[in-house]
Amino acid sequence: MRVTVLQGGRSLERGVSLRSGTHVQEALRRAGHEVLALDPGPELVARLREQVPDAVFVALHGSDGENGTVQGLLELLGIPYTGSGPAACVRATDKALAKHLMGEAGIPTPEFRSFAEESLEGLGLADALGELERSPGYPLVVKPTHGGSALGVKFAADATELPNALVAAFSYDDRVVLERYVKGRDLAVSVLDAAGGPARGLVPIPEPQVLPVVEAIPREQDFYAYESRYEIGMTTFVCPAELPEGIAARAQQLALETYRLLGCHGVARVDLMLAQESEEPTVLETNVVPGLTETSLLPQAADAAGIGFDALVERILQSAFTRG
Amino acid sequence: MTIEDERPPTTRGARRTAHELERYERLFAARTRGMRSSAMREMMALTERPEVISLAGGLPDTSTFPPELYARLMAQVAADSTARALQYGPTEGMAAAMECVVQVMAEEGTAVGIEEMIVTTGGQQVIDLVCKTLIDPGDVIVAEAPTYPGAVPTFGAYQADVVQIEMDAHGMPIDALRDTLDRLQREGRRPKFIYTIPNFQNPGGVTMSLERRRELVAMARERELLVLEDNPYGLLRYEGQPLPTLYSLDAANADRDGKSDFVIYLGTFSKILSPGIRLGWAVAPRPVLEKLNLGKQGADLCSSSMTQLFVATYFREHDWRGYLRELRDLYRARRDAMLEALAAHFGEEARWSTPQGGLFVWATLPDYIDTTNLLAQCTNVAFVPGRAAYMDAEGRLGASSMRLNFAGLPEEEIREGIGRIAAMAERPMRVFGTVTKTPRPTKQSAARQRQPEQDAAETGADEGLADVVQLRRGRANR
Repeated sequence: MRVTVLQGGRSLERGVSLRSGTHVQEALRRAGHEVLALDPGPELVARLREQVPDAVFVALHGSDGENGTVQGLLELLGIPYTGSGPAACVRATDKALAKHLMGEAGIPTPEFRSFAEESLEGLGLADALGELERSPGYPLVVKPTHGGSALGVKFAADATELPNALVAAFSYDDRVVLERYVKGRDLAVSVLDAAGGPARGLVPIPEPQVLPVVEAIPREQDFYAYESRYEIGMTTFVCPAELPEGIAARAQQLALETYRLLGCHGVARVDLMLAQESEEPTVLETNVVPGLTETSLLPQAADAAGIGFDALVERILQSAFTRG
Repeated sequence: MTIEDERPPTTRGARRTAHELERYERLFAARTRGMRSSAMREMMALTERPEVISLAGGLPDTSTFPPELYARLMAQVAADSTARALQYGPTEGMAAAMECVVQVMAEEGTAVGIEEMIVTTGGQQVIDLVCKTLIDPGDVIVAEAPTYPGAVPTFGAYQADVVQIEMDAHGMPIDALRDTLDRLQREGRRPKFIYTIPNFQNPGGVTMSLERRRELVAMARERELLVLEDNPYGLLRYEGQPLPTLYSLDAANADRDGKSDFVIYLGTFSKILSPGIRLGWAVAPRPVLEKLNLGKQGADLCSSSMTQLFVATYFREHDWRGYLRELRDLYRARRDAMLEALAAHFGEEARWSTPQGGLFVWATLPDYIDTTNLLAQCTNVAFVPGRAAYMDAEGRLGASSMRLNFAGLPEEEIREGIGRIAAMAERPMRVFGTVTKTPRPTKQSAARQRQPEQDAAETGADEGLADVVQLRRGRANR
């Protein structure tokens, strides 16, 4: 099969995407596919028309690769592609929308507020910021609504730290999410569509496979860990996470429910926090194009489930042909 | 989202982890954990696009070197010494290139002989070799704050414990240095050398005063510590009187005739001729020089014979001082263009250094602006975020500053680049103003910005507020 790997792009995660793409290319070649690579830019459509791939493997992280833009374009061109479709991408990458949906569906997610930069001045929202004290209450984590990089994610212990946190988050987005900080353990659960994927016709759709829980453990316990956990070498990872049986199962169940709620396809990684006080997992966000470098979480979790990297890549590739 | 990438997997307890994934991780030396990478580096990769005006480089403008001259010199090298140019050379360097170094050092008022130096692969190799020679894991390097961003990964790779001392308008305050050294001694820690760029410091843009130079070498002698004097820009002075090198000041104190005991001098042809030829040099006390030379044998056997012969031919056939004068005129005008653009575009919110030479201006925005975030929004202009010049693990120091190169671009592009940065800074300033309900300060007059002494005092911390920044080794080392 001729497969074009989309990698690179203009997002802040370009470097990681290039590494993911390289690993995916190697795995696809080992599986005997004809492999081409494309770094999206103004020539993307022209190049895809030249290459005429049987499928596109989306290894683009951040912005266009994850927010549904590239997926919509591929649908327009009629080229099969891996992973979630435009609708799921939009739902997952808009953190406010995802949290509203989860709230309505009864999936636990930290209390939050969301607003646009223009409303600060245009609607006098600046005068209402004091209300945040009451709900959701400090400490807060302030995040750009879109984007998966740690850049712009700021911790505000109290109201005095809010202005700087807002400045940082608004540097990356016109909208921000202010989420109640939940102290606890960082968990990630990847979900993978079943081998062979949902068959058409009368055959029942097999359940997606929920992979073992991974725990991210910051090396230094302080409030800044929330930001610094994204820095290399400041976090260690354990897979499968050492959790009480019931809690691991609960985290996996929530991940699967979130995957379905958002309408994900092929693969996704759901990030959760195991709250210290309640000992209940709560869902933070969902990543529709998880990293595929040699040390990324998804390959680690797959490996712990007995799925090697090549098999994982092949499974994701199959998702290009099982879209309902 | 891909936050998990590059994070090393771990084994804990008897649980099975991905062997395949750990294949390389288990082989890496502990020191690689001191080699920091960051989201910022990812971002810098994005700036390498044609539409981006990059004020981020450390570049001189090599387009000023006449192509005909280059062709003629290379032809001369070929005619005179093709076999030598294509051959290995001595580790310490070729005598013909060393004679050129003697001329450059003399121009800086510093007399040296060729037996006191080695030729290196750029000045960067000197920093690496000095660390290789002096630093065991955990040894202390005392550096300026901010310090040369290019030295940060080198110090990290040797697992040095870097203690930075905040500069003021006259460089590193010596009383703060003394206090720091005293404290380190009480704590039983071992400083091995003091790293300083005394002229037009990269990135701070400040110059160490004569008085402090004298105090520094006296203190090094008294405590028997080495000073690494990094002087790439000394000859790129656009105004004011040249100051003596630390090497020459220490040599004047020495018993030996004219040779420094405690200063390792780092020089380079990169800024006065070409960084592409990758040639620098070190002048050091004999025992240190011998170790540096051994280190260099292991690193690369010798620097390029071809470019050493090129330099020798250039110095012989051409008026290198004349070219330097041309560079100075060009860069002076560019510096002025940048300072004017800063004054025109930024209000009281920003302050910046007014360097008397070198390649860089160091600008500091209000503390609520993180220049790493600012860079992320700048799709058509680039600079080096200030935190690259600090070694703190949290990346909090220098977060509101940026290093701006004025030497590598024509004046119009400099003006345009500063304008683009100012336009991007509008947004965070507006958000902050709205949220905190503080009125925006007015723009300062251009006239005020043209007073070097006053402006120099605005660099980094205010004078008198100089502070010792105690920095742990990056967490990554643990």
